[in-house]
Amino acid sequence: MNEELQSEYHVIGRPTPKKDAWLKAQGRAEYADDIVMPGMLHGKLLRSPHPHARIVSIDTNRAEALPGVRAVVTGADFPGHKYGNLPNTRDYLPLAIDTVRYLGEEVAAVAAIDEDTAEDALDLIEVEYEPLPAVFDPEEAMDSDAPQLHESAERNISAQTAFEFGDFDAGIAKAEYVREDVFETQPVKHGMLEPHASVGLWDSSGKVTLWSCKMSPYVVWRQLAMGLGIDLGNVRIVQTFVGGGFSGGKQEAMPIDFCAVMLSKKTGRPVKLVHTMDEVMTIGHMRHPMKIWLRTGTDKNGRILAQHCKLTANGGAYSSIGGFSIFLAGAMLNIPYRVPSVKYEAYRIYTNNGFCGALRGHTNTQICFARDSQLELIAADLGIDSIEIRHRNAIQPGDETPNGFRIGTFAFDECIDKVVELSDWRAKHGTLPKYRGIGFGCGSHISGARLMGHSASAAEIRVQEDGTVQLTTGSTDVGQGADTVLSMIAAEVLGVEVDDVRFARVDTDSTPVDPGTFGSRVTFFTGNAVKQAAEDARQQIAEMAAERLNAAPTDLMFRGREIINRRNADQRIALKDAVRWGAFQKGRVVAGRGSYAAGDETIDVKTGRGNLSPAYNPSACAVEVEVDPATGQVTIVGFWGADDSGFPINPLAVKGQVIGATVMSFGHALYEGLIRIDGKVMNPSFRDYKMPLTTDIPKLADFQHQNVITVEPEGPYGAKEAGQGAGTGVIAAIANAIYDAIGLRFTRLPMTSEATMQELQRLENQGQAPVE
Amino acid sequence: MNEAITKIASVDILLRVNGVQNDVSIKPWRTLLEVLRETLALIGTKRSCGEGQCGACTVLVDGKPINSCLYLAVEAHDREILTIEGPVDGDPALEQIQQSFVEKGAIQCGFCTPGMVIATKSLLGETPKPSEDEIREALVGHLCRCTGYVQIVEAVQDAAGQLGSKGGD
Repeated sequence: MNEELQSEYHVIGRPTPKKDAWLKAQGRAEYADDIVMPGMLHGKLLRSPHPHARIVSIDTNRAEALPGVRAVVTGADFPGHKYGNLPNTRDYLPLAIDTVRYLGEEVAAVAAIDEDTAEDALDLIEVEYEPLPAVFDPEEAMDSDAPQLHESAERNISAQTAFEFGDFDAGIAKAEYVREDVFETQPVKHGMLEPHASVGLWDSSGKVTLWSCKMSPYVVWRQLAMGLGIDLGNVRIVQTFVGGGFSGGKQEAMPIDFCAVMLSKKTGRPVKLVHTMDEVMTIGHMRHPMKIWLRTGTDKNGRILAQHCKLTANGGAYSSIGGFSIFLAGAMLNIPYRVPSVKYEAYRIYTNNGFCGALRGHTNTQICFARDSQLELIAADLGIDSIEIRHRNAIQPGDETPNGFRIGTFAFDECIDKVVELSDWRAKHGTLPKYRGIGFGCGSHISGARLMGHSASAAEIRVQEDGTVQLTTGSTDVGQGADTVLSMIAAEVLGVEVDDVRFARVDTDSTPVDPGTFGSRVTFFTGNAVKQAAEDARQQIAEMAAERLNAAPTDLMFRGREIINRRNADQRIALKDAVRWGAFQKGRVVAGRGSYAAGDETIDVKTGRGNLSPAYNPSACAVEVEVDPATGQVTIVGFWGADDSGFPINPLAVKGQVIGATVMSFGHALYEGLIRIDGKVMNPSFRDYKMPLTTDIPKLADFQHQNVITVEPEGPYGAKEAGQGAGTGVIAAIANAIYDAIGLRFTRLPMTSEATMQELQRLENQGQAPVE
Repeated sequence: MNEAITKIASVDILLRVNGVQNDVSIKPWRTLLEVLRETLALIGTKRSCGEGQCGACTVLVDGKPINSCLYLAVEAHDREILTIEGPVDGDPALEQIQQSFVEKGAIQCGFCTPGMVIATKSLLGETPKPSEDEIREALVGHLCRCTGYVQIVEAVQDAAGQLGSKGGD
């Protein structure tokens, strides 16, 4: 069936190079830092040296007097309106006004004729601080006598979520086996190579324009208007090429954006600000460090009956999207395993650290690490095979989970079996030589989320008289390949080639409004909207062609840039000729519109109940590691993965997404993590914050991934999520592999060489040599 | 900028970039990256970590890959510099490498791409048939957060194969 489908399509399913790849290969893609405008000034930000302090006074006179300086702004230049992501957690300010809550928080900004002058001017701004007691550990921050960061947040509770699905008490009472474990995760950074960069212009008519590397420009659009206290109609966000995002600061309006436009207002010039990598690593937006307590009850055959999760997330100084982050962690307890009853209690706590938000996989990544690590322990205790316990608990297509996820396609069993086959699991598990081991891990993800806020997508398509297609959406390509996948969908419907489609980057003055790029929603939501818009355009063209050919519109098919009468193949007209005729003779503009909202249902955030996403995908992987007993270093020598991404529209891009997500998890598992002492980041540099390199991945022959192909009826051409889910099971697989290699069970990330050495030595001191 | 520093005289140097001679007058502390981007408007070379860790700013100086963020422009005086924009009269090897990167899916966000492509050009100039390990070693100074490197290594293998079958460059 799948081969048949593939042959039925002329564009979909063909490995297709990314549309903008040539431009990028030649260094011609313009990123925000590449923008130069006449008269443009350069800005720099002054940051708090204290983790928590009251700002007594700021004197900018000396800075303003420095030759070359054009303007200085402080919090007092803004209206004092707080902005943020979720309506009940708006706690950001464009610049701090009376209090700084973490070391690195933005306090003032300078615009000057060049970056060096702006930097010099920062030293001349005199800020008097009154240091306040600070708290860095979330459990300490919850003490009643801990310093409180935000007036409205007692015990520093930034957000909390609690829900229960199924009958938990009955489930746990029925359990024949119960175990509880605690897992801890670390602060991980996005690690994109392009630092945040923005150019702001506040023109004399009052229009505010921001050119910036945003993943979700419409979120920025609203937040900028909110924080500036101006009408939305006066704000325009122009998306530049995005040099990697992975969520975080490129999702939201940041102080850098506010300062670019406010410095422009003061100077009448465009102003550019670019973070240094030191700033990127110091400031907010990172993966939530979590302490996850997980208690699971099963029957004697390892079937899960009840799962109870208590979680504390170290949120840092501000909310970002943290309220949703802890909601999602609990929701994701419901897949990819059948858990008949779930109890969940979670707190996100304010501390005087850089703040946390979303990062590829969001909080699903931490949950998957805990759950699949524990599942391996349960299997070992009960004497059940690692693969068998996963099969026994695997969610099946057509299931409805206790919290109301309606599972459509879900080839989880097939993914598990595929990995067993690819990895030669049966021959390897438990038989590899000393210091070598193999581990299994599984995960899953959503294909976009239906939330109470903005969830739906729209698309517009114009077809020009030369037969080219102008596709505009509010979704962004951030490297993941949305430009190509969405263009492929339009090309398929209109019978043209991918190269005939022009994909527009977002400009809030002209593109359709859209939530943006996150939650693996773009191919699914925007893809469906594009398909509908293309069908609308096709219908309009078919009517014109039918008139021209004297045929019935329903008899016409679009192939090879032509419109052909199915009943009489001699009757045909070039697509461009039909469009031109319609325009010249009838004044018709081919303008197709489409939208997708994944139904009317929204999830109830309070109860956690509802069908969060229109589709879900499972993934499985096996990782083989080698541990060096002399250094504790863990080397990943083999990786075999499988996931059900539905029908891959662009297999070349799916491969890149899956492997990219996988390798990011290698870093998360083994070495990445901010080291913080009293709120100060000690490794704000790629020199000391280590990310995977070319030499850290297995040889190509031992690095394999396969899609188990399903055709998701709700997805565009059967497609589902691809960019995040595949990475979620990887960390547990690595932990399980290390256990297989040396009998060491890591419950805390990252599993560094130092940590491995310490544990090996501890075992040796206790007379327990690593397992053979 | 403080006055003592401002008074330091600019120096005149000759930058031979992509076959074009550029006379530039710059402060002696300017890095090659700054001068390429800001003075010569060659923005293809990317500014990322600024401390020689990520490789995004890699250019070739007399055929050798260097991190232009750590390399003073004055050091490049009268040397042959190659950036991602390439020679005005074309460079078949560079174009093949770019083609392979495009076709093999080695490019996502594209921010590491100029450095990766330039480093590959240097590698294949010296080692026309690199082993997989040699490719990894040659690119170990280049971070890519998007691809997980697999398709990049495949692109380099493809470029080596294509150039080899064409009789090299």
